[in-house]
Amino acid sequence: MKKNNDLYEVFLRSIRGVDHRHVGSLHADTPEQALTYARDCYTRRSEGVSIWVVKSCDITASQEQDAESFYDPMDDKPYRHASYYVLPDEVDNM
Amino acid sequence: MTNSTNTALFNYVLGLADDALILGQRTSEWCSRGPFLEEDIALSNLALDYIGRARMFYQYAAQIQGMGKTEDDLAYFRDEREFTNLVINELPNFDFAFSIVRQYLLDVHACLYLEQLSNSKDQRLSEIAAKAIKETRYHLKRSETWVLQLGQGTEESAKRMQDALDELWGYTPELFISSEAELALSGEEGEASIAVNRESLRHLWLERVTAHMLTSGLVIPEQNWQVVGGRNGDHSEHLGHLLSEMQILQRSYPGLEW
Repeated sequence: MKKNNDLYEVFLRSIRGVDHRHVGSLHADTPEQALTYARDCYTRRSEGVSIWVVKSCDITASQEQDAESFYDPMDDKPYRHASYYVLPDEVDNM
Repeated sequence: MTNSTNTALFNYVLGLADDALILGQRTSEWCSRGPFLEEDIALSNLALDYIGRARMFYQYAAQIQGMGKTEDDLAYFRDEREFTNLVINELPNFDFAFSIVRQYLLDVHACLYLEQLSNSKDQRLSEIAAKAIKETRYHLKRSETWVLQLGQGTEESAKRMQDALDELWGYTPELFISSEAELALSGEEGEASIAVNRESLRHLWLERVTAHMLTSGLVIPEQNWQVVGGRNGDHSEHLGHLLSEMQILQRSYPGLEW
């Protein structure tokens, strides 16, 4: 057996109808084993109805040093926000 | 219900409870000693499943007995010779391979056993079985994967798995011997009964275990020795030590709650 050094990220859907949320990570040899460990480590108090696991190395993540080019350009474009529109009272939760 | 049926039912349920408690207690020894964190939590989870199962059986046993005793009385205030668990459940964990092979052999058995018990004429037993079989199917999925992975792993892991199988094999015949209570509660062949006919599971169990061991590169040993007697209270030297650790708190402070 090779050393179990693959890291997996775990996503749980807690109730029907909502999105999967990232809850943590774990080590496993295979995706199937990652799924069983996710079941044992993250759902033992009935936290979930569906589990996704994905190899951490398969996730492409944005980098801290990209923040300037990624997010700063949004700062001076308030017109992209819907806050200039007057919402009818009937529309909740915007 | 006649008196003798009542006694047989009590002994039957107590045996099932003892099997679950002793294996659960034994497995809980892995807690904080697992090979890595995720497996440690999975093993502790497994142990808790068995202790939960033991509770259901003990509660029912206490009710059948009708002497005002509780599940705790049955778990903590009986001595070694009064425990009727099958010997395979009390064997020390030894190493991870040994625990996994034992779990696998027992999981295959439990799947077959609980499937039949869920058809028991006794409603309470059939309900417990229907509940327990869900987690047992999960346990089997886990142990089956481990047997394959370690059997086909390194030279070292394959050797440890084979050693474990060789050592455990002599304890498996007891899984298929019906106790007096079980015989008394079994109907004729093909007829609905309260207890499961253990003998009838042997063929299917052997077939499944043999196929999976073959795939995993492990060899089924010759059946040239066996250890039996757990149902009659004849145990290995290991049970007493397990009980002393498990029972000491209630024996020292009877009725203590936390």
